Amino acid sequence: MGLFSRNKAKSSTVAKDRLKLVLIYDRAGTSSNNAMIEMMKRDILKVIQEYIEIDEEEFELDIKNSNIGGEGTTSEIVANIPIRRVKKMARNKY
Amino acid sequence: MQNVIVITSGKGGVGKTTTSANIGVGLVREGKKVALVDTDIGLRNLDVVLGLENRIVYDLVDVVEGTCRLKQALIKDKRYDGLYLLPAAQTRDKMAVSPEQMKSLIEELSKEFDYIIIDCPAGIEQGFQNAIAGAKSAIVVTVPEVSSVRDADRIIGLLSAGEIDDVKLLVNRMRPDLAKKGDMLSIDDVIEILGVDLIGVIPEDEMIFRASNLGEPAVGDEKSKAGAAYRATVKRILGEDIPIGVYEEKDSFFKKIKKLFGN
Repeated sequence: MGLFSRNKAKSSTVAKDRLKLVLIYDRAGTSSNNAMIEMMKRDILKVIQEYIEIDEEEFELDIKNSNIGGEGTTSEIVANIPIRRVKKMARNKY
Repeated sequence: MQNVIVITSGKGGVGKTTTSANIGVGLVREGKKVALVDTDIGLRNLDVVLGLENRIVYDLVDVVEGTCRLKQALIKDKRYDGLYLLPAAQTRDKMAVSPEQMKSLIEELSKEFDYIIIDCPAGIEQGFQNAIAGAKSAIVVTVPEVSSVRDADRIIGLLSAGEIDDVKLLVNRMRPDLAKKGDMLSIDDVIEILGVDLIGVIPEDEMIFRASNLGEPAVGDEKSKAGAAYRATVKRILGEDIPIGVYEEKDSFFKKIKKLFGN
């Protein structure tokens, strides 16, 4: 080892990366996390509604894990926000 | 930190009981009157770590059920003036006590003691809920290792759900040499992952085995590295601003020679 293992990640770095990821899974689904998503949803809704009228009932927001193309697992925010209509206000604002 | 502190971790075997004993004795050494409460019903150990196992007559469940008065169950440590242990019951299970009962028990103790240190069982079930019921602050013990850090994160979440917001982290069994080599999570890694302030870092120390063999917490041992780290931790609990030691063992001349010869 030594001379030949120079490109290998340190085991502590691997541990840190694995922990960060596993904690996203763990925290998702806990009550405090759900509360956080609800708060985020409310804030995002507020911003979007200034410009666009959206279907509040159908507005979905979640943190999901995906493994696209087998490139390792990543976490992402997935939002589904159906638009009702773009407000006139958006055009006139500037 | 506030005066009712629960020592918890989620994972077993990371040093909750050892930490409870050392912090308790450490606070007494600073002149405080301290009650140590073992809430690990069915698997009590704080008594043996403190060397008080032969003096138990009544326990926590006896107090809660009214079999004896609180004062009768409290064991006075003869070596440390001001240290008292309320042992857990050994032949009962965790359901023998409810969070409400714990809360009123802790309230009663608060009238008599400067500090109450609650040793929490492993896990996140009833025993954990009992242990945190009367607590105002929490020290989460973790070792720099993935499973322990993961469980600590879960516990931190549950503590905040239980409305305990004064939460501090104690990293136990640190090996600075391994962290330096990159084969152990560093203190900075652990803090970054968990996002909680540190109250102390306890280096791995062989003297801890000796301490538990003898039933004499290392905090009273001037020669023990872990003891020194616990003494610093206790001062921080009391509000003193003491920097976290680097705990980097400087290589002694002798060690360097040994290294030179490949050992």
